[in-house]
Amino acid sequence: MKRIATAAGLITLVAALASAPFFLDAYGLGLMMGLAGYVTLATAWALFSGPTGYVSLATVAFVGIGAYCVAALSEVLPYPLVLLIAAGIGLAVALVVGLSTLRLSGVYFVIFTFGLAELIRQLVTFYEINVTGTLGRYIFLGITPEQIYWQLLALGIVTMLLRWWIGRSRIGLALKVIGDDEVVASHVGIDIARTKLALFAISATIMTLVGAIQAPRWTYVEPAIVFNPTVSFLTLIMALLGGATRLWGPLLGAVPLFLLFEWLSANFPNHYSILLGLLFILIVFALPKGVLSFIEQMWGKAHRTDDSGARS
Amino acid sequence: MFVTTLIAGLVLGGTYALVAMGLTLQYGISRIMNLAYGETIIAASFLAYALSSSFNINPLISLVLAAPLGFVFSYLIYGLMLRPLVARSKTAMALEIDSILATFGLLFVIQGVMLLMFGGNYISYSYMNFGVDIFGASVAANRLLALVLALALGGGLYLLLTRTLWGTALRAVAVAPSSAPLVGIDANRAVRLAFALGGALAACGGVVISMYQTFTATTGVVFTMKALIVVIMGGVGNLLGALSAGLILGLVETFVATYVSPGLTLAAVYLIFLGILLWRPSGLFGKARR
Repeated sequence: MKRIATAAGLITLVAALASAPFFLDAYGLGLMMGLAGYVTLATAWALFSGPTGYVSLATVAFVGIGAYCVAALSEVLPYPLVLLIAAGIGLAVALVVGLSTLRLSGVYFVIFTFGLAELIRQLVTFYEINVTGTLGRYIFLGITPEQIYWQLLALGIVTMLLRWWIGRSRIGLALKVIGDDEVVASHVGIDIARTKLALFAISATIMTLVGAIQAPRWTYVEPAIVFNPTVSFLTLIMALLGGATRLWGPLLGAVPLFLLFEWLSANFPNHYSILLGLLFILIVFALPKGVLSFIEQMWGKAHRTDDSGARS
Repeated sequence: MFVTTLIAGLVLGGTYALVAMGLTLQYGISRIMNLAYGETIIAASFLAYALSSSFNINPLISLVLAAPLGFVFSYLIYGLMLRPLVARSKTAMALEIDSILATFGLLFVIQGVMLLMFGGNYISYSYMNFGVDIFGASVAANRLLALVLALALGGGLYLLLTRTLWGTALRAVAVAPSSAPLVGIDANRAVRLAFALGGALAACGGVVISMYQTFTATTGVVFTMKALIVVIMGGVGNLLGALSAGLILGLVETFVATYVSPGLTLAAVYLIFLGILLWRPSGLFGKARR
C-alpha cells in the first residue's frame, strides 16, 4: 500500500515538473533548466563518489566535453547522433582516467581529476587556435528552452532511477563494501578496480550528456566558458550538503544551494567565490555526512528521549 | 637557442622544485593534501607585485617579508581549520577526504579575495630585466636570480631537515607518525611546523615566480597541480626526489614550449604524470610504500 502511494506520489511529481514550462515565464524556465542540470550533475557525481568515497573534481571536464562536441558537430550531424558521439567521447576519457588512477590510492585520482578540466581546456584551445583558427564557436540549433528542460528532466530521472537500481543490485552492495573497507572487499572476491571503473564511467557519461544538452542554451561557446571550474565546485558542494551516500541527498542539496547561488551571483557578484568557499568550509565542518543524516540523527535523538520518557 | 632554452628550463624547474618541496612537506609530514597551496604561492606573487609597483620595494626584500607571512598564515590555517579535522577523523582516508574538501573551499576563498583586490588581469612587473651573457646565450638576469634563489632555498631546507635535530624529528614523524611520540617527539607540533614551513616555501616560490613570470589571480590551480605531480614523481616526502622531478618537469615544459608549441606544455606534463602513474606510482625515486 505504502509502495503504491510512493509510486503515485513520484509520478505526480514528475508530471508536475514536466508540465512546468506551460506555467512559467522565460526566467522561471531558465531557473528550472539550471536546477534540472545541477540536480542531474550532483546525482551523477554521488553515483560514483558517494559509495566509493573518491572525490572527483572533474565534473566540468566532462560537461565541457559534451558542450564542445555539440558546438563542433551540430552543424554537420543530426542532433541525436551528436549526443551519442558526445557520450562516447566522455566515456572514453573516463575510461582513460579511471584505468590509470583507480587501481591506486584515492589521492592520485583526486589529483588527476583536479587538473583534467584545465588540461582539456588547453588542448581544445590549442586545437582551435592552430587547426581551425578561431577560438569561439556559435551554436545554432532549433532547440527551444522547453525541449532542453525536458531532456534534462528525463536525464535526471534516468540518473535517479539508475542510482536507485544500483543501490539495490549486487554492484551496489559491492560498492558499499569497497567504501567501507577495500581489503575486506578484495577478500570476498569483489573486483574492486572494475567496479569502480564501471561506476565512474557511467557517472562521467551522464555528466557529458548534461553538458551536451545544455550547450544550445549558451549560443556562444569558448573554452574559458565551458570549462569553468566553478561548476565542479558547485556540483561537489551540492552533493555533499544533501549527503552523497543517500539517494535523495544530492537533490535535496542541489535545490536550496542552486537558488542560493543564483541569489548570490545576482546580488554579490564580486564576493561570489569568497562566499562560496566559506559556505563550503562550513558544510565540511558542520555537516560532514550531509543534511539528511543530520536530520535523521536529530530525529533519532528526539525519538529516543521520547521513548525513555515514556518508559520511566 | 638551445642554451637559452636549457637555462629557461632549469629556471622553471628550479621554481617547481622549490614549491614542490613545500608541498611534499605538507603532504608527506602533515598528511594534508592542500589544494589551496597554489593560492598561497600566487598571494605571495601579488604581495611582491604590490610592494614593487606601489612602494618600489625590491622583490628580494619582499621575499624576506613573504616567507614569515607564509609561515604564520599556514600555521594559523592548520591550527584553526585543519587541526579540528585531524582530531575528528578516525582513519587516514577520512582525513584525506576532509582535508581535500576543506582546502578546496579555502582555494575559492583566497582566489576570491585576490580577484577582489587585484582583478582578473595578467600581472607582471619589471625587475632586473636585462640580459646576461652565458655560454654565448643571452639570459635575463631575473631568471638567473630566480634559479639561484630556488637552489639556495631548496638546499637550505634540505640541510635543515637532514642536519638538525629539529629536521630529524620532522622526518621521523613523516616515516612513523605513531612511533614518533614514543621517542619524545611532539608529533602535533612537528606536523603543524611542517605545514607552516611548507607555506613559507610556497610564499618564497611565489615571490620568485613573480620576478620573471606573468600571473593572474586564477593561476594558482595550475601551480598546485604541477607541484602535486612533482611530489608524486619524486615520491611523497622525498626532498631530493622533488628537486630532480621539478627540474625534469621544468626542462620538459620549456623544451615542449620552444620546439613543439606553447599550447601543449600542460599536455606534456600530463603525459609524464600518466606514465608515472602507470609504471612507477610510488615515484621515480620512491621505494614501494605500504
